[in-house]
Parts: sequence; structure tokens; C-alpha cells
Amino acid sequence: MPDSKVAIAFTLNSEPCQVSFAPHKTLLEVLREDLGLTGTKHGCELGECGTCTVLLDDQPVLSCLVLGQACGGRSVRTIEGMAGRALHPLQTAFADLGAAQCGYCTPAFLLAAQALLEHNPTPSRDEIKQALSGNLCRCTGYIKIYEAVELAAAWIRGEKATAPRESLYGR
Amino acid sequence: MAGKARGRAGGRADGRTGGHDKPAPSRSSAGPPDRLTADSPLRVVGRAHRKVDAVAKVTGATKFADDLALPRMLYAKLLRSPHPHARIVSIDTTKAAAADGVKAVLVGKDLPIPFGILPVSQDEHTLCVDTVRFIGDPVAAVAATTEETATAALDLIDVTYEPLRPIGSPEDALTYPEPRIHDYGDSGNLHKLINLEFGDVEEGFAEAAVIREDLFFFEGNTHLPMEQHAALAEWSADGKLTLWSSTQTPHYVHRALAKVLELPAARIRVIATPNGGGFGGKSDPFNHEIAVARLAMLTGRPVKITLTREEVFYCHRGRHPTLMAVKTGVTRDGAITAMHFRSLLDGGAYGSYGVASTYYTGALQTVTYPIKRYKFQGARAFTNKPPCGPKRGHGTPQPRFALEVHLDKIAEELGLDPAELRLKHLQPADSLTANYLRVGSMGLGECIRKVTAGSGWRDKFKRLPLGRGVGLACSSYLSGAGLPIYWNHMPHSGVQLKCDRSGGVTVFCGSTDIGQGSDSILAYITAEVLGIDPFDIRIVTADTDLTPVDLGSYSSRVTLMSGNAALQAAERAREIILPHAARGLDVPMTRIVFAAGRVFDVEDPARGMTFAEAVQAAESAVGTVGTVGSYTPPKSAGRYRGAGVGPSPAYSYSACVAEVDVDPATGIVRVPKIWIAHDVGRCINAAATIGQVEGSVYMGLGEALMEEMTYRENRQVVHKFPSLLEYKSPTTLEMCDVVTYIIEDPDPNGPYGAKEVGQGPLLPVMPAVANAVYDAVGVRIDEVPITPEKVLKALRHKQKGDAPRYGPNAFPEIPWPEPTRVPPPWEGGDGKARDQAATLAGGVREERQH
Repeated sequence: MPDSKVAIAFTLNSEPCQVSFAPHKTLLEVLREDLGLTGTKHGCELGECGTCTVLLDDQPVLSCLVLGQACGGRSVRTIEGMAGRALHPLQTAFADLGAAQCGYCTPAFLLAAQALLEHNPTPSRDEIKQALSGNLCRCTGYIKIYEAVELAAAWIRGEKATAPRESLYGR
Repeated sequence: MAGKARGRAGGRADGRTGGHDKPAPSRSSAGPPDRLTADSPLRVVGRAHRKVDAVAKVTGATKFADDLALPRMLYAKLLRSPHPHARIVSIDTTKAAAADGVKAVLVGKDLPIPFGILPVSQDEHTLCVDTVRFIGDPVAAVAATTEETATAALDLIDVTYEPLRPIGSPEDALTYPEPRIHDYGDSGNLHKLINLEFGDVEEGFAEAAVIREDLFFFEGNTHLPMEQHAALAEWSADGKLTLWSSTQTPHYVHRALAKVLELPAARIRVIATPNGGGFGGKSDPFNHEIAVARLAMLTGRPVKITLTREEVFYCHRGRHPTLMAVKTGVTRDGAITAMHFRSLLDGGAYGSYGVASTYYTGALQTVTYPIKRYKFQGARAFTNKPPCGPKRGHGTPQPRFALEVHLDKIAEELGLDPAELRLKHLQPADSLTANYLRVGSMGLGECIRKVTAGSGWRDKFKRLPLGRGVGLACSSYLSGAGLPIYWNHMPHSGVQLKCDRSGGVTVFCGSTDIGQGSDSILAYITAEVLGIDPFDIRIVTADTDLTPVDLGSYSSRVTLMSGNAALQAAERAREIILPHAARGLDVPMTRIVFAAGRVFDVEDPARGMTFAEAVQAAESAVGTVGTVGSYTPPKSAGRYRGAGVGPSPAYSYSACVAEVDVDPATGIVRVPKIWIAHDVGRCINAAATIGQVEGSVYMGLGEALMEEMTYRENRQVVHKFPSLLEYKSPTTLEMCDVVTYIIEDPDPNGPYGAKEVGQGPLLPVMPAVANAVYDAVGVRIDEVPITPEKVLKALRHKQKGDAPRYGPNAFPEIPWPEPTRVPPPWEGGDGKARDQAATLAGGVREERQH
């Protein structure tokens, strides 16, 4: 039984966007299925793993728990909008340090980290852990992710930072 | 020249990087190469690199299986059994088939041919034919125009079941041989019984000064990849099938599809999409893959399935819950005179890799410390639970946990430091073990020295205040199984390499990147040989139509095996190009160097040509430049039945020290820090090596403290928590600090000496944590996960004056078969069993697998 669709207008990755979709769809489904933005992933669709994190009005949210209809007039940022002409420093640091292994949870971690750095440019290691504690990663053990966030934060602050040698070569 | 190569490659950024793209140390070939010596001219191998797919991963551009969509695509759903064990009396799909939007419905009898990963365990059906064997076993499949329609149609299928007695545990399986879960297996509900004896252990125990016997239990746990399994099938009008799937083993899926669908394999193409985590959980051919293939054939439309997280728990194939008894005789200084190891595995409802898993619980005890005489008895029971299989470390983390905690107790009994005990009794390099495993390079001693020095072991062990402790453990793992899963003489890995006149190089290989970076390994090795930038190389992998077979991403085999195949292909390409470049430059071939994208005279670097010009010179002379490379592991030494499990071209080694905080009031164990050293032979990419070690420590920490697949005990064997929320795994708040030491003891069998790193570093974590808990509060937790209630119970036992431990207290009687007696090498053995009948070729063939 085909649902009648609803339409919303919102800001997607800094551009105006209109989309129509079945009314029960979550933001995750609207992004992936109706807008073709498959960079946003899913690990449970129950709000448990953090893999579908996007930024809604600059706050990290679980897109599997947000109805698409609730996003009218609001701003949504996804991984597809993160790089401009160049990679975002977080993306560069994640790539350089190997903070993305299988890469499935990576878009979510990048967006959660971006939200952190936008309101706290100098997070401590513990603040990074707290900010990312709602996102699960099974590959990295999180350590390369912390190091990448710290490195990117330093670059964003304009510092000439490099990754510590031991994080790439061991002790 | 190395500096020049670094400069060029380092400046070559990916097209998508730019403004913010700081010159970081991990760009290709950047970073100080001071781990390499002057006589080691490696330019790419050994440095820290980005992975070749890193930019795609951080931009969300990587297409995982569920990211794929085709025009007119249908969605499939599986109806799963609500009973743990039942006979299917009838299935009525009439209403579902007639529902709006439903295009096809399948039941078990539509696909009657069984399949399974091992030739000896072809016990699965796409959809259950007459019996369901666990809650979640699929009985019907629906394809419909939307996922919602397919889901709704499942409710319209009427299945009548006749419940059978569920077998909930191995003990149940021993008590109730009937009703049998399968009509094959060694006895009743016992799938596999193994009894191997390498020398007379009773004689060995008689030589011992101290004999110790302990019992251990390792609870089952699951891979929990963040990506749920997904597959998309397309049937073309010309009779060809394409399946995209998140699988670690496209080659085996290809074989299973051909068998079950009765299609010529040449008409089936399997493409493994990048896996969003695998850890062994995507290594079997799965029923959902075959179901969507058949549904696509029936409807003529593409069909996709994406499992829900709950369904991923039912696919499982994770760590076998394992009960273990280990008895060891030692001399006063700790030399092992004999060991008798018994294991009882809860296999779940199907064979999967289980026969191999069972052998693995007895195989690798021998490669770390010399064991003079060794007896192994292993049993695997069928139970009505999701099937167990290979998870990171496949069958070896359980016995390694038992062995390393057992050794800790032995060291205490002998009054020896546990690190000293191990250092005194290391398996020598280039040796043969009691069970005929050939050890090549062996860096365990250096690993132990690094972690004890780094952690301050001497100042901490037995010296920290109550509640704080340190523990040490070691381990070893395969760098690829020495024998294939199905009997054949063909290579385990193949590479084709194409050199284009533009200077472009494409490497084709069947290997599957599951996040470990196997695609990148092909690029670095090819770049090393041909002197080009790894990021200029096109990598095409995991496509049965386009790429030569690689057996799959399991048993930590890919770097060594596909790496060697790539090395051979690249060296052959260099040999083709070299004489023509030398002639063009009028320089003797011995002086030609391939580096920095050029081919030039080592004595006069200005005299040279670009790599592209060198390829053009060769192509002009000999035609299209293309090569192949392949790799077959060395022949293994064991010739007895069961000798197929354990041999590997090379063994990695790890040592680990864990520091723990135990709250005696709550039993809560926290792990602030772990020091780990891993003998990887040689790093191909240093950054990825560190990443694998840290990831292994993380997964080991989860297994040590919290991860468990458990079931309600009311005989209905319902999974307690098939969800990511309730299946506890470490978040950022539980993960410990990790100090990693990379030990490079190159192995002659590895490409540039490389051994594995993806699985081995997980193994010592669980026993190191258990040993540290004992150092902290004086109780032994002989079972993982080490949860607070177990610690509290042990502390209570201690207060009451009972044995200060928590763990199993008995190992059941098992009807072991007569032992296969194999004299060890030092007793004149030749690798064969004493009783020739036990080495029947058929037996050996059927039981060689990874």
C-alpha cells in the first residue's frame, strides 16, 4: 500500500533542499533512500550505536531516531558536506593516522568530532572521550580517533602539529 | 635516493586533498625511515602510510553493500523460526504470495541442496527444509517492492511446527543424544570428537617435579561488526548472476552459489563490497546471500537484503563457548615435560568452521613454549543456538586464555617470576613442535622484554597496593592457514598485474578488504618493486569475474599470501621492463634502479627515464606488459589425520602486560593501561600495523571484561540480548590506554619478512587481565568475561576460606575415540600416526582447513 508522501524544505549541507518521502521515514532513511546520500550509515536503527550520527542545527543527533518530517526548516549536515575544495582537517587527520579502518562508523565519528571542535577548540583527551562515547567503533580501539581529533584541533587552531612518532611507529 | 623518493611521493597529495591537507607524517613514504638500516633500501615498505582507500572512507564515498541500489530493485526479508528446535509440519505461503507488492516467496524445498563452508559440514540449507535448529533459523523468504511490504508479508506465512526437545548446552548434548540436531556427526549430538597424542604424556608426567591441573571456561561472544550483513543480487536476461555482498570470502560464496543454484560457476560473479567490519563474522556463505540470488532469478529483478541488527546476532559464527581442562607437568625450573589439554565446545546449530575451530583449540599451544609430550582431546557439541564459528583468533583465544593463566599459577607454585618462566622456555626459532608445526622466526623473547621493561613489571608485580595489579601473558597466531579449506593443489592467492603505457599500474587480486588494509598492502608492495607511488596504482580486488582467486580474509593470511603473490607479479614486471630500459639508457642492467617514478642509472641518477617511458620501451619491444604472481604455502610436516589445522607459513608472537584496578567492594575491574609488543616480522605499513594492534587490544578487552553471547536458561534458549545496547562492548569510556611495541623479526616466508598482525595481539589480553586481577586482589577468575559478580563471588569464597577463585569445577565424561598416536620429532617420528589406518588420505583431506 503506497503511502502518500509528505514534503519538507530544509537546509542540507548549506544548500536549500526540498524532498518528499513517505511520512513514517526517519531522517536516516530520507537521506539514504530519497536523497541518495549513503555516506550516513546505520548499525542498528534503534539509537544504540551512533553510526547514523548527523548534525541537526549543529548538534549531533542519531538520524535513525529523528523523523524526516521533524526536519522542515532546519539545518542538516552530513559527511557529504564536510569536505569543501579540500578535506576538512578532521578528515585529513583521520586518513593520515588510520583512524578509519573499515570506515563504516567513520562519517559518524567525524561529525560528532566536528560538533565538539566547533564549540570546544581545545578539548582534553577526556572531553574527546566523553563527546564520542555514544559512537561505537569495532576496529580501531578509538585511540587513533582520539589522536586524529587532537591533531585536527591543533591544525584548526593554526598550530603546526604533527602526529607523535609513536602513534605511527610504536615505541 | 630514498630521500628523493620520499620527497616526491610526499608531495603528491590525493586529488581531493589540499588547503587543510597539512604535510602529515603519514603521507605516502613520508616519515623518518630510521627503523630501516643502510643496507635496507626499502622506500615504501616499513613506513607509515595512508591506506589507499583512506580518502574514500573519510568522505563517506566508500560504497558498502547496503549503499548499492539498482533500478526496479526488490527488497527481501526472511521469516525466522520462533522455536529453538522443531519439525516443520507445514508451510502455507498462499496469502503472502498473493499480497500486493509481493513478487516471490521461497521456502526450503525450493532449494534442497545443502551447503556449508567446510566440505565435511555441508549441513545448512538456504531455508530450513524440515527442521528448525535455533531461534532465528530462516524458513521462508519474500521479495517485494518495498522493505515494509516484504516485512508485512512475513506475517501472512503460516508455519506449523512440532517442537522437539531443545539441546541448550554441551552438557545437554552429552545427556541427550536424541533427538539429534543433525543426522551426521561423531556421536549423537556430538559433532566432532578428537583425540591426538604426541608422545606418551603419562611418561612425561612421571618426569615432572610439579603437576598442576586447572579448569577454565571461555564464554561465547560475537564479532559485532558495525555494518549489518547485506547482499544484492542481479540476474541478467542472458543468464548471468551477479551478487554483491559484505563477505570476507567471495570465493567460497561463489562455490556455494554454484552448488545450491546448480548454475555453472562461470555464469556467477561475486563481488565482495568493502566490509564494514568482519572479524570472522562474514566468512561463511550465508543463507540470505543464496536467497536473494534465487529471488532475483525468479523475478528477473535485482533483489537486496539488509539484515537487521537482531538478525546479525542470529547469523553469529562467533567465539565458541569453551570449557577446558589443562594438566601440565613441569620441572623445578618450569620446563614442560607433558601437557594434557581437553576442550568442550558449544558449537550451536550448524557445522560452520566448527571442525576446524575444535582442532584449533588444541593446535597452537605448542608454538610458544616447548612441550615435550602433548595430548589433546577436543569435542564439539551441536546445540540449538545460533552457530558458532571463526572470530578473530579462531579457536585459539580460549585455550590461550587457559594456558596463560595456568602458567601464571605454575610460576607461583614454583616461586618463579612469570616473565622469567616464559623467557627461560621459549620455543626456538626454526624448530618443529611436538605436533609438527614448523616455527620460523620467533620474536617472543624480545616481546616479553619490551613489555616488562616498558610497564615497570619488576617494580609492580606483587608490589602494588591491594586493588591494583599487573598481569602478563603471551601468545602466537598463524600468518595464514597452511592448507586450503577444500582439497586442491592450486595457489592460495593470485595476482595479475597490468602495466599501461601511460605508466599506470593495475593490480588485480581476489583478496577482500575488511578494513584491515589488504588493498593497500598490494599497492605498497607493488610500489616498492616498481619504484612508483603507491597512490598511483589502481587496485581491483574481490571480484570473481575480474580477479584471480584469493581464498579470503581469514586466518590472518592476506598480507603474507597476497603480498607474496603481488611481490612475484611485480618482480616479473620489473624483469620484463628492465632490459629494455637498460638498452634505451645504454647502462648495464645491474646498475638500473626503479625509484621515485623513474628508472635510472644508480651511478648517474640524471641518466634515466620515467617509469612510463620504461614501460613504453618494453611494450615496443615485447608487446603488452602484464604479469601474474601466485602463492602456495610450504608443505606442512604433519601427515596425521587432523594435521591440516595449525600449520602456517609463519607465526606471529605477542606479549602483553595489563594493569588493573579492582574495587573489592563492587568487584568492578577497570583497566587503565595495557603494554603490548607484537612480532610482526616486518611492518609493511607501520601506521596500519599499530592500528591492528590497538584494535586487537580493544576487542580483547571487551572479551576480558564484558562481551558475552548468553541465553535464557529455561530450555527455550532465547538469546538474552540480541542488540547493540545490551550486548556490552567497550565504548570510549571503557577503552584503556595502549602502549605498543612493534618487534620486527623477519620471517623468510613473508613478503619482506612480514607476518600477521590482525588477530594475534588480541590473544594475550584476556589472560593478562585475569592474571592482573589475581595480582590485585588475590582471587583467580578462571572464566571470561570477568564480570563484577564473578569477582565478588571469588572474594566471598576467599573470605570464607574456600578456594579463592571463580570458574568451572568439573569437566564432563566424554566418549573419546581411541587416540591417534603420533610420535614427536625427537622420538623418531616422521609426522605420521603410528596407526596407519588413522592417516587415511580421505581423513586428512577432509579435515584440512583453516
